[in-house]
Amino acid sequence: MTAHQAAAGLPGRAAPPGPPDGTTRARGVRGVQPVAPLLGVLALGVCLVLSLDVVSAAVALGLELLLLPLLRIPPRTLLLRTSPVLVAVPLTALSIALYGRPSGRSWFDLGFAHVTDGSLALALATALRVLAIGLPAVALFVRVDPTDLADGLAQLLRLPARFVLGALAAIRMMTLLGDDWRQLGMARRARGVADTGRLRRGASMAFALLVLALRRATTLAVAMESRGFGAPGRRTWARSVRFAGPEWAMVGVLVGIGVVSIAVAVGAGTWRA
Amino acid sequence: MTVAAARVTFSDWGWRYAERDAWAVRGVDLTVEPGERVAIVGPSGAGKSTLLRAVAGVLPDEPDATDDTAASVQGSVLVDGAEPRAVRGRVGLVMQDPEAHTVMSRVGDDVAFGCENAGVPREETWQRVRSALDVVGLDLPLDRSTTMLSGGQRQRLALAGVLAMRPGVLVLDEPCANLDPSGVVQVHDAVRALLDETGCSLLVVEHRIGTWLDLVDRLVLLEPAGGVVADGAPADVLAEHGPALTAAGVWVPGSEPEQGSARRGTRTPPRAGEMLGTVRGGPHAFRPLGDRDPVLLAARGLGTARGRRQPVGSGIDLDVRAGRVLAVTGPNGIGKSTLGLTLAGLLRPAAGTLRAGAALADGIGDAPAAWTSRQLAGRIGTVFQDPEHQFVARTVREELAVGPRALGSADVDARVDELLDAFGLAHLADANPFTLSGGEQRRLAIGTVIASRPPVVVLDEPTSGQDRATWQAVVDRLGELADSGTAIVAVTHDRDLVRALDADEIVLGATGATGVTGASTLGPVADLRDPATEVQP
Repeated sequence: MTAHQAAAGLPGRAAPPGPPDGTTRARGVRGVQPVAPLLGVLALGVCLVLSLDVVSAAVALGLELLLLPLLRIPPRTLLLRTSPVLVAVPLTALSIALYGRPSGRSWFDLGFAHVTDGSLALALATALRVLAIGLPAVALFVRVDPTDLADGLAQLLRLPARFVLGALAAIRMMTLLGDDWRQLGMARRARGVADTGRLRRGASMAFALLVLALRRATTLAVAMESRGFGAPGRRTWARSVRFAGPEWAMVGVLVGIGVVSIAVAVGAGTWRA
Repeated sequence: MTVAAARVTFSDWGWRYAERDAWAVRGVDLTVEPGERVAIVGPSGAGKSTLLRAVAGVLPDEPDATDDTAASVQGSVLVDGAEPRAVRGRVGLVMQDPEAHTVMSRVGDDVAFGCENAGVPREETWQRVRSALDVVGLDLPLDRSTTMLSGGQRQRLALAGVLAMRPGVLVLDEPCANLDPSGVVQVHDAVRALLDETGCSLLVVEHRIGTWLDLVDRLVLLEPAGGVVADGAPADVLAEHGPALTAAGVWVPGSEPEQGSARRGTRTPPRAGEMLGTVRGGPHAFRPLGDRDPVLLAARGLGTARGRRQPVGSGIDLDVRAGRVLAVTGPNGIGKSTLGLTLAGLLRPAAGTLRAGAALADGIGDAPAAWTSRQLAGRIGTVFQDPEHQFVARTVREELAVGPRALGSADVDARVDELLDAFGLAHLADANPFTLSGGEQRRLAIGTVIASRPPVVVLDEPTSGQDRATWQAVVDRLGELADSGTAIVAVTHDRDLVRALDADEIVLGATGATGVTGASTLGPVADLRDPATEVQP
């Protein structure tokens, strides 16, 4: 029996304690392979864009809020991470309320902006919809480890290893670039040019950051290449990924939210395809 | 675990990078027999790194004989008789910058990366990972994040990643250049363990060659465009070519700079009874403990922090005095750079006080962190660890003019010309700072700061990774500055720098700082005669 078969968990050998990579795998929702929420959220998104009514979006959002405590994300973190969505929602709603297709009772009309019952309903439906898609998209990925996601994308979805690992390395470099940016800012203060000309300074910092990023990327590419990255021949993966019960459950719950919301909307007669 | 050691053969080999006129390296004939351990030295620009990258098969660009601007190659370099690109797993490369070549975010994954690429089965990969980490002495959980490792740990991680691929030849490109002394020892011992384990061949390049002399069988001196000019047992080469090696920028063991060699004598004559010979009581025994030099910066109970929530150091007491060199030392990651940036007025103190003396503040507030950018630049200059962080102009000339111009100096052009000459940059006046070599960038960075003539200059690792010649240029420059009355604060792990500049030393530890020499830097607050530095009632 080859080592490969053993790792695949074939019978004839006592199962090693824990995964072969010696790490302790997180349990519960946190241990779900990130590809599952990725697929689930995509499916939920498709369900929710099929109709543009208030009921389906409200039901989906309600169910999500009920399930949210299961993720045990500190409220502060959640607020911080969802802040882009929370900012986008009222802006979207406002613009649709003003410029959406007019119908029903008219509230006021300024010529360029016409607020009616129809446009208000549409604004509410859109706002709820953005929240219902945005909330799980953010909440389910707050704690995702990029390495796990990359493993899933490459081994489950069969995306090219070159692309996935390149992107992974780039994500890791982002923190270095953050440090670079702070250093660049301090250096400009130290040199006496930070009192005025914010725009010009920003441009010079951006240029320097670009140069530094290219340098780092080149070095990293050499390091990866020297360790055989991109060599011809089959690449193996040291970490196993699974798509089993918890993953199917995750996809099921997310798709379920979409299906229930559609069913309720159809039942209530508000479904508008 | 024994692997067949590889033979590396250069035959009249040369390489010219794309869009360059000059050959980076040319006419190299060199054979490394299986299991042989060879150190390569030579001046900056002799093409040492190019040579190593060729062995690892990672030179950029394919040579194209039909295109003038493409890279060119001459002769051949073979690993076990094959093209290096075809046998990448056989050659294990570890480079200088520990930060830049960690690939994955977890320790185990990073070591496994090479095995994955080579198609090693999963079960065997993890066996190799565990034994490789064991050999390099990196006793960390496999899922430990790689972001918080020290430089020495990172280089050992890279060695483990290379070892897991079972290389036939280990290729090291200045692996210790950016490490503190304990990191150097860690890496040296890890390399020795790796060689003992595998019996593989070794090619190593390092300016401070002393680190590797006990491990290598041969020392090879390379000259720019001249190929191999000396090759033999290390002791023989050192004995025969000592001066040539020093001239080539190599740190020849035994030729370290003398105590205070970069200073123009002691500024204050020895007191009666304190003979220059009585150095046994400490190098400063003969120097009056500098209470006459005005205090420019005084830190009391200083705590430092990176950003708002990352406290780094605490309880630091020190004085920065005019005409003195203060070296801040201590292990990697203890907060030396953060202290440097705080003293430079670029980070706010997280606790305690940092006050500017009256001589420095000169009529404005005494908290450097609250000064405007212009006020700061005229008082405290900062040379960053990476010179590229501080370049803001398009040419070397403009770069030098930035500071004086911001301060509204009248004699900008005269100052710039003077500095261009003094720093040997005149021929590069119109070049873009980003295109200079490492040593030139370092000199320019110091020049840009000196141009503003600040009374205090803070430098972060000014000599790390430098060859002997650049090192000497930088240290001489700093010595002259101190002699002319500038206060120098150098964050460093370079013992030679501390010695040559006859520096007072502050060693950072987990709890505060300890003055090793020049105990005057730790005087209690009450000793400060300068009213501006006294604690407010």
